[in-house]
Amino acid sequence: MSNILEIKNVSKTFGGLHALGDINLEVEEGTIHAIIGPNGAGKSTLLNCCIGRLEPDTGSVTFNGHNMIGMEPHDINHAGMVRVFQTPEIFSDLTLLENVMLPALSKRDGTFHFNPFVDMRREKEIKAEARHVLEDIGLGNLVDSHAGSISRGDKRRLELAMGLIQHPKLLLLDEPTAGMARHDTNKTIELLQKIKEQGMTKVIIEHDMHVVFSLADTISVLAQGRIIATGTPEDIKNDPKVKEAYLGEEQD
Amino acid sequence: MKELLKSNLVIMVIFAVIVLTAPAWLTPIGAGYPDILQKFAIFGLFAIGFNILFGLTGYLSFGHAAFLGVGSYTAVWSFKLLTMNVLPAIIFSTLMAGVFALVIGFISLRRSGIYFSILTLAFAQMSYSLAYSVLTPITNGETGLQLTLADPRVVDGMMGIPVTDSLPTTNLFGLAMSGYSGFYFCAVLLIVGFYVSLKIFRSPYGMKLRAIKSNQTRMKYTGFNTRPYLLSAFVISGMFAGLAGALMAATDPLAGAERMQWTASGEVVLMTILGGMGTLIGPLLGVGIIKYFENIFSALNESALHEVFSFLPGWLEEVMVWISHHFVGEGWHLTLGTLFMLVVIFLPGGVMEGITRLSAYLKSKFKGSDEITSEKVSEDAS
Repeated sequence: MSNILEIKNVSKTFGGLHALGDINLEVEEGTIHAIIGPNGAGKSTLLNCCIGRLEPDTGSVTFNGHNMIGMEPHDINHAGMVRVFQTPEIFSDLTLLENVMLPALSKRDGTFHFNPFVDMRREKEIKAEARHVLEDIGLGNLVDSHAGSISRGDKRRLELAMGLIQHPKLLLLDEPTAGMARHDTNKTIELLQKIKEQGMTKVIIEHDMHVVFSLADTISVLAQGRIIATGTPEDIKNDPKVKEAYLGEEQD
Repeated sequence: MKELLKSNLVIMVIFAVIVLTAPAWLTPIGAGYPDILQKFAIFGLFAIGFNILFGLTGYLSFGHAAFLGVGSYTAVWSFKLLTMNVLPAIIFSTLMAGVFALVIGFISLRRSGIYFSILTLAFAQMSYSLAYSVLTPITNGETGLQLTLADPRVVDGMMGIPVTDSLPTTNLFGLAMSGYSGFYFCAVLLIVGFYVSLKIFRSPYGMKLRAIKSNQTRMKYTGFNTRPYLLSAFVISGMFAGLAGALMAATDPLAGAERMQWTASGEVVLMTILGGMGTLIGPLLGVGIIKYFENIFSALNESALHEVFSFLPGWLEEVMVWISHHFVGEGWHLTLGTLFMLVVIFLPGGVMEGITRLSAYLKSKFKGSDEITSEKVSEDAS
């Protein structure tokens, strides 16, 4: 299997703070790659550098053979790298169905499509697809509710649905279960395991070790802006450096 | 039944009937004469177009009067150079306003929020100043652009329309553009404009515009290039304004720089907010209210008020007239200001929100009483 995402020598400084220092990371196609690390380790900054929200000071991000640095966020999306946000970035004034239809329309019609005289009601296929994805994720009874009015856990699931409907080559999940009750967390793990079988590559940033060890094929540990270890879950569990930096307290 | 009421055809038929019968049902409230009816239709078009930008994308332009002015100047030039027929005039005006909107929009849309509003305001004021001074050869400056007997009117000449010693009037293939025929011409264009707006509201394109208003950042990460969406909405609304400006010139062939002033841009903002931004009908209600107040309340005077309150005892009549005369005539802006304040404070969604709330209240009331009766029935049965 080849690498779908290659991050080489990426560093990012905010003022005097070295958020990321010389990151090297390879994500193999068809796997779930988890990035773990304590708060402030630079996990979200790394994702932001991948999707064009931030431009790294040095280094390169190569996705599917193409350099992503300097590309517009909408072009990165169409290249097949899609991010699910940690704090729900949804369209609060629109219904859940519309929220999920938008990424589907984007996938079908591209970055700009001027069709003011097409009636929405004729978009039956997209509507059915969106409804299907919402039902799969357990929001089938809320399709016509306004996205701003649903619970936080449901918003997280809506975020995930918006990412999944695009069938991206690589899905970047930023703490998909943060703020969820244990019951919802387990449902999300189940869902992610189910879609793992479809062969979608995923990078997951996560605090919850239960989630990480039940999903990930490979784990990278980020601490103080550097990757201190990469390996299988077993390797990581037994790595003394990781224990010291991150797991140590929990194991005592 | 509900589905049927939502179909485009039914909505358009109802809308067309309401607009075309306006002279009849507006007469009892004193607004059934062609002059004000034309204003309703023209500003209706202006507001419908403005709402496509402001209501759907949330981008508040304070410079749309510039496109109104461009439309008027272009139309008058078409009357002067080509023909008194209004059809070429409205086509050229709409296109010209579109070109201006493309340029101004391209630059202004590099910013969002208050900075966008300020940029559009700056452009409109610049256009106003230019029309007033530097561009006098084109705009005739302070006096305003008018028809003269010496105008070439090339097409009219070729068509063999005789030159008389009085100024020619605007027409649509011979149909005069003043009076009721003028109103019906504007009304037909209003209906067409409303149809365009309805189609946009109900298209995936319209949904994307609403999504930009809701969360533009997310739109970018969902794979949409938001800039062309915003620019196209800006150009469409500018073209609506250009068409409205052309109709102003068609019903009264005169174009002045004051049509581009910021107060004119502000007026359409007030209309849209008052009626309900982002709704289909709201801007039209706003136009109706503001233009009605402007024409009817400003025409009222003390003797009219005495008549209104004549049923009260003498001293109370005096008091009521004294209080209310501040709100009519010259003071009609006071009425409008008070109304605007009340609406914005209590109904942030405009008059349309009031209507929605009222209908929801009535529905719950009727449903509630239904439940009570059904409970009673079941009690009786047991």
